[in-house]
Amino acid sequence: MSLYARLTGWIVLLFGLLYFFLPLLGLFEFSLKARRGVYSLDAYTKIIGDAEFQATFGYSVVMALVTIIMGVLLVVPTAFWVRLKMPWARPYVEFITLLPLVIPAIVIVFGYIRLYNTSSWLPMTGSTMGTNLLLAFGYTTLALPYMYRAVDTGLRTIDVATLTEAAQSLGAGWITILSRVILPNVLVAVLSGAFLTFAIVIGEFTLAALLDRPAFGPYLQRIGANKPYEPFALSVIAFAITWVCMGLIQLVTRFSKHTKAAR
Amino acid sequence: MTDTAPARPARPRRLPLTWVGLAPFAIFALLFLILPTMNIVIGAFQTRDGSFTLQNLRDLGTGTIPSSYWISVKISLASSLLGCLIGFGMAAAVTFGAVPRFIRGPLMTFSGVASNFAGVPLAFAFLATFGPVGLITLFLKNNFGIVLQRDLGFSILSFWGLTVTYLFFQIPLMILIITPALEGLKKEWREAASVLGATSLQYWRMVALPILFPSLLGTFALLFANAFGAVATAIALTGSALNIVPIQLFAQIRGDVLGNPNLGYALAFGMIVVTGIANVLYIWLRIRAERWLK
Repeated sequence: MSLYARLTGWIVLLFGLLYFFLPLLGLFEFSLKARRGVYSLDAYTKIIGDAEFQATFGYSVVMALVTIIMGVLLVVPTAFWVRLKMPWARPYVEFITLLPLVIPAIVIVFGYIRLYNTSSWLPMTGSTMGTNLLLAFGYTTLALPYMYRAVDTGLRTIDVATLTEAAQSLGAGWITILSRVILPNVLVAVLSGAFLTFAIVIGEFTLAALLDRPAFGPYLQRIGANKPYEPFALSVIAFAITWVCMGLIQLVTRFSKHTKAAR
Repeated sequence: MTDTAPARPARPRRLPLTWVGLAPFAIFALLFLILPTMNIVIGAFQTRDGSFTLQNLRDLGTGTIPSSYWISVKISLASSLLGCLIGFGMAAAVTFGAVPRFIRGPLMTFSGVASNFAGVPLAFAFLATFGPVGLITLFLKNNFGIVLQRDLGFSILSFWGLTVTYLFFQIPLMILIITPALEGLKKEWREAASVLGATSLQYWRMVALPILFPSLLGTFALLFANAFGAVATAIALTGSALNIVPIQLFAQIRGDVLGNPNLGYALAFGMIVVTGIANVLYIWLRIRAERWLK
């Protein structure tokens, strides 16, 4: 490797790192400036005490958990069944799970509003509970590509057919097989998908705003227009949550490697 | 089934029921992914009373719609082109050992985080840095007397502002996708080239880049689609100051600003077409790229 190439490499990398670091520094610094002249955590204490923040944040956390549960219930049995009984269907299922990356979220939610409005055959947007459910289904759809890929990769590392036959010969039914044999074996993959889903749902804006639900993303956008420092403090919190989720994915993946090596 | 001979196996014949296992997924995908999208697509070809028309697509050429498509395409092109270049440079620097190897792990982890750090918080990060009282803005003003907007013509609420902001998730996505491709370049190829007397530049021009070309172009298409569909960052950053397609569609869904619901469906249909073409290109080029990178 020539000196010239090394130098170019360093310059590109440092330039890139600076580009990533500065906005985060700027965000953090700005969030501390609520009190004139000194750095303080005023913006944080103020926003954490805000009732609307607590309500919207709580709503988004619940939404994320519901989405994860729905995603697991939908994806694990499907991916298992496709691997076990219908391997020919795998490309098609995979294709469908990738569609949410192709069709913009704003178009999908536009379709929901048109298909499930109050005068339609399934008026989900007519009631609060129905809209909440629709939002959870929407989030499950957005998380589908990540969840399916994670679980399918997890299933690849285990012998699905042998495990299933062994469980069946011991008298297990499908639900027992799924919950007590397959799920524990792909738990790491499921957790990776779950953390990623959590990170996506917690700050999601488009779906929640257009379905008019009191979630964290629209709240953040709204106070951005009329509060000076609080939105920046909230953005730091949102970024920290994304970091924690990604850190947890790394952690469970590494943890699983250790347990597998020990066997 | 009248000739059921006693010689038949004792096992009772059952209907093929394996497909039932796929039913929940199929129903979910149909209800919450395929039907809603089809609904929009069909709506784009209908008049208000439901008969077939191409007028909505023709009307996409009226008013502010062509200019909003054009500016959306320009932002997506600029951010994916720069994202590809910078991301490629960073991935190459780490892969080919210009910088120590231990940087690779943290860089990949960070890319995973940053490529998911889109949306509203990202907009605030850039406002806090390049906005009127942002970190960089104040730093340049206090130390060098440079006013970003006046002297450099840069505003975060503009075309370039949005492009620079989008790069924050575009570059990491490029790094995540292109690093495995770069690692797939075999050492033997470079050695063979240099044994035959090729310079480093010739190796890149005649061996590495042709092999990487489908990957590069494919990732470019993916980044393009990624930027084209982004809504939240743009709305939180510029409000409605910048008239890109997702913002216009957002306003249309909220309050029918175009005054014609079916024109709104056509607008959304146009988005699907653009991101669809970009993704088909990505998948096709990826299949081509995988021929070499095994």
